[in-house]
Formats: sequence, structure tokens, C-alpha cells
Amino acid sequence: MHYESTERKPLILGDKSYHQITEDVVRPIETAAPRAWWVAFSIALVMFLWGAGSIAYTVATGIGVWGLNKTVGWAWDITNFVWWVGIGHAGTLISAVLLLFRQRWRMAINRSAEAMTIFSVIQAGLFPLFHMGRVWLAYWVFPIPNQYGSLWVNFNSPLLWDVFAISTYLTVSVVFWYVGLIPDFAMVRDRAINPVQKHIYKILSFGWGGKAKAWQRFEEVSLVLAGLATPLVLSVHTIVSMDFATSVIPGWHTTIFPPYFVAGAIFSGFAMVQTLLLIVRKVFKMDDYITIQHIEMMNIVIMVTGSIVGVAYITELFIAWYSGVEYEQYAFLNRATGPYWWAYWSMMTCNVFSPQLMWSKKLRTNLVFTFMISIVVNIGMWFERFVIIVTSLHRDYLPSSWSMFSPSFVEVGIFIGTIGFFFALFLLYARTFPVIAQAELKTILKTSGEAQKKLHNDHGAQH
Amino acid sequence: MAHSTESVPLVRAMYHDDDVLISAVKQIRAAGFKISEVYTPFPVHGLDKAMGLKESRIALAAFMYGVIGLTVAVTLTWYMMVSDWPQNIGGKPNINWAMNMPAFVPILFEMTVFFAAHLMVWTYLVINGLYPGADAKNPDPRTTDDYFMVELPAAKGLIETLQKSGAVEIAEA
Repeated sequence: MHYESTERKPLILGDKSYHQITEDVVRPIETAAPRAWWVAFSIALVMFLWGAGSIAYTVATGIGVWGLNKTVGWAWDITNFVWWVGIGHAGTLISAVLLLFRQRWRMAINRSAEAMTIFSVIQAGLFPLFHMGRVWLAYWVFPIPNQYGSLWVNFNSPLLWDVFAISTYLTVSVVFWYVGLIPDFAMVRDRAINPVQKHIYKILSFGWGGKAKAWQRFEEVSLVLAGLATPLVLSVHTIVSMDFATSVIPGWHTTIFPPYFVAGAIFSGFAMVQTLLLIVRKVFKMDDYITIQHIEMMNIVIMVTGSIVGVAYITELFIAWYSGVEYEQYAFLNRATGPYWWAYWSMMTCNVFSPQLMWSKKLRTNLVFTFMISIVVNIGMWFERFVIIVTSLHRDYLPSSWSMFSPSFVEVGIFIGTIGFFFALFLLYARTFPVIAQAELKTILKTSGEAQKKLHNDHGAQH
Repeated sequence: MAHSTESVPLVRAMYHDDDVLISAVKQIRAAGFKISEVYTPFPVHGLDKAMGLKESRIALAAFMYGVIGLTVAVTLTWYMMVSDWPQNIGGKPNINWAMNMPAFVPILFEMTVFFAAHLMVWTYLVINGLYPGADAKNPDPRTTDDYFMVELPAAKGLIETLQKSGAVEIAEA
């Protein structure tokens, strides 16, 4: 039997038994939804419908209904695409990278973080899909034989790399998530009383029975998937950054982009995990599983990645000056002092300044403060993408074609729609899926449960 | 092997703790009885060793699937970009595959991961007999909550060994 140092704080508070964990995890599924859930779900649904209407209008009329112009051909939609993909990264980081590093605190939060990954990558995918214009020809991005030659897709293009990266990332994340969900669905199935519910969870649980050999394979599959997902998640945002870095546009054409984008993605993703989990914790009374220590750990990740992002911003500025290229220098001067200065300084304040407050232990263990910072960070990371994309494009080499970009109500509608879609999916998930990976959590109860640790320590002191 | 499990009735012993389960499995095997199956609500570390299960080879399968994915990606990029319709795109060399390869690294990587992950999970589902709507494989629903079940063919002196090993319930099926 493995015991843990007394120095380590317990990860499961209170005097829990295996059965109590089952009861606590299954409670949101077996009880009726609280009124607050219906209110939140209705709001999310209205936002989603508005977005669906905006998408329908775009498809029916054409991309001309967006605020793009000849100079700024990429703006709002790509900003949102990168923003949503970035948010998704924290889920894989928590479930895969922290698994490889044997961080046990991941177990209480990985299920919801992975759900967030999947739901946000779905939102991300919508933007390039509808920016294609003729969405019914979207399958042209895949290498399918056709009547033009065959004229194949261009494997030299970062945009095509993106197609492969995002589709691999989405499908592998779904599979990774589902492999972990199967035993937990079986738990819900085995205690369901309502026959309809029992039947649904029977389908979802794939007949899982918890045989010793199946668990042995389960652990191996989880480990291999974590090993595959770790470089995958790093590759995805690297490739997203190459959409920009391989273009010869001042402000985009920099080698720092891949690590800088990955750090920013983890930064914003952890902030979104905080936003969601602080709500889940409160609404479903999961305080014993998602403890202050979990919140603090995530805040430390936000602080570290926020600092990396800050260093990257400053490095970019330095390199622009040091390069001696006047176009590069102007791009950065224009970012900070040009017509979009407010976006640049919002980004700086939210992403570089605000996470530094987390050095204070008092602040990073304060839930209200954490919640506020998590929102601020996501606003900041949205501005980061907006600044990179729009300020680099709107004043190009030829001053006669300089212009400004402002989004139309249709673009704003699509963005609000994706937020609604995301929250609608997450709210449905929170009511029907086990929000904590209970089978995994049970494996650490004896070593990291508060009562179990105390019992062992008291017992150990007698020797 | 098959005829013995069919003709002999099964005995199911329930345990209520994972540490007791591990020591029970060791005791049962030391007493010379053969365990047919153990059902647990979560992966109990050391259970596979205590039961004498062989190591899983699924990681090796994943590696092979990854190699297949890489081969597919190499073939795909070579055929489409170099052999079937070479084009001068951004001045990138397309005379042979090796010179154009650096631009294909992301595709090679993603396809490797795609094949390894998906085919491994398909294999995992198939060898465990998991599919949507399959009947629950655990005989007692409590084994997905907090009970641990050892299932083995009935034999002389087995019940006493099970009782001594800390079983909280023993039933003949």
C-alpha cells in the first residue's frame, strides 16, 4: 500500500467512503435540475439561436454581410477561432500532461476540463467553416479524388495542416474523454431506477463490467492516449500560429509564435476551466472534491503561463526594434499607439498585469477574486488575437489602402451564438454526465482523502 | 478449460475493501484455487500482478497503428504533391518527396497520432467486448460502486478459504 507524505494536503476533504463518492458524483444526474440551471440554459439557448440566425443570414447572403474589407480580410472570425481553440487546450493539458507528470489533483477536474475542450473546439471549427463562404463545399478541404484532374489539396499550406490538426485534435479528445467515461456511465447505469434512464446509460456504458483485465487495458490505453495527446495539443496551437507565422506580414512573420501561442492557449484555457469549475463547485456542492487547493494550483498555472505570455510580448517588441526592419518596427509602434491602442493596452492589462496579482497567496486562494481574474484573462486573450490579427493587417505596405475594421452585427451575433452554444452544451453535460471521474478518484481516496490521511498519521504516530 | 467452467457451478465472493481484496486474491491462489474473474469499481493497483495476469500488449498495437498512419501520410503526400500533380507552390521544391518533406511534417505527425489513437481505442473496445447497448458484464450492480467481486469455479474447501480471506458475502451461482 502506498502512503503519501503528511506534507501534502488532502485532495478529498471530509470523511468519504467509496460509496459516498458515488453518491456525490451521481447526485446532479439523479435529482431534478435547480431553477438556476433552467435560467442559465434558457439564456444560453437564446444566445445560440441568435447565432444560428446570424449564420443562416451569412450563408444565405454571403460573407459580404461581415465587416471585412479589401485590406482586413481576416478579422473577427479568425480571432474567435484562435480564441476558442486556445481555450480548449487546458482540458488536454490537465488530462494528458498532468497524467504523465502524475499530478493527482487533476483527477477531480479532468472530466469537466476535457468536456470544455471538446465543446470549445466545436465552436472554433464553426468559424473557418462559415468563412469558407460556400459551406456546402466544405468537404473540399479533404484530399478526395475529384473531376478537376484530380486537383489535390495543398499539403504545403498551414491552412491545410490546420484542417488535419484540428480534426485529429477534436476526434482524439472525444475518444480520450469517452474511454474515461465508460466506467462512470456503468456506475450510473447500475444504480438507475427509472427504466428509461437505465436504458440510456446502458447504451452509453457499452456494457462495461469492471473486469480486472479490462481495467488493466484501461490504464494502459489511458497512458498511451495521454502520451499521444501531449505532443498533439502542442502541435495544434503551433500549427494555428503557423497560419500567421508563415505569412510575410509584419507582426505575423516571427519565429516566437509557436511557443507564444501555446503558452497563451494554456493561459486562457485554465482561466476558462476556473470560470466553469467555480460554478460547478458551487451549484453541485463539490467543494470536497474541487478544493481550494485545486483552485490554487490552477491559479499558479495561470500565473506562470501569463508571465510567459508577458515575456513573449516584450520579446516581440525588442526583436522588432532590434531587427532594424522599419515595417516590423512600425507594426509594433502602431499596435501600441495607433488607432487600436485601446485593444493593445486592454491586452497588456488583462494578460500581463492581472495574473501577477496571483503571487499573493491570499488572492489566489480567494474564490471571488479568482472568478473575476478568470473572466479578465479570457477578455485579455480575446484582445490578444484581435491585436495580432487586425492591427497587423489594417495598415499594410501601401498607405493608400490603409483602413479600419469594425464588426457587423452579424459577426457579433455569430460570436455570441458560439458562447451560447458552448454554455448550452456544458450545462447539458453537467446534468447528464458524471462531472467527476469517480472511478479514477476512488483510486486516490486512501492516499489523499482527508479522513484516511488523518487515520494513517494518527496510527503511524504510535509506532 | 472451457468444459470445467461450464459444468462446475460458479462461486461469487464479495469484498468491501480493495486491500482485503488483494490479500484475498493472494490467499486464494496460494491455496491452489483458480480465479476466473475479478470485478472492481475502479482500477485496483497491483491486482493484475496478484492475479497473475499477463501484461497488456495494447501499447505495442498502438505503436504499430502509428507506423501504419505514418506510412499512409507519406504515401498520401508523395502521391498527391510529387507524383500525381506536382505544382510549384511558394517555390517549395517538389522534384522528390524528401526535398518537400519539411512542409509535410505536421501532416505526418497528425496522421500518425490519428491512426494510433483511434485504432488503439477500437482495438480496446473490441477485445473488451464493449459496444453501445451491450449487456452489463458485471453480475452484481454493486461492483461499480464500492464492492469487489471474485468469481471462481466451485471446489472442495473453497468456501472456507473465501470466508477466511475476508469475504463479506459468498453466493453460489
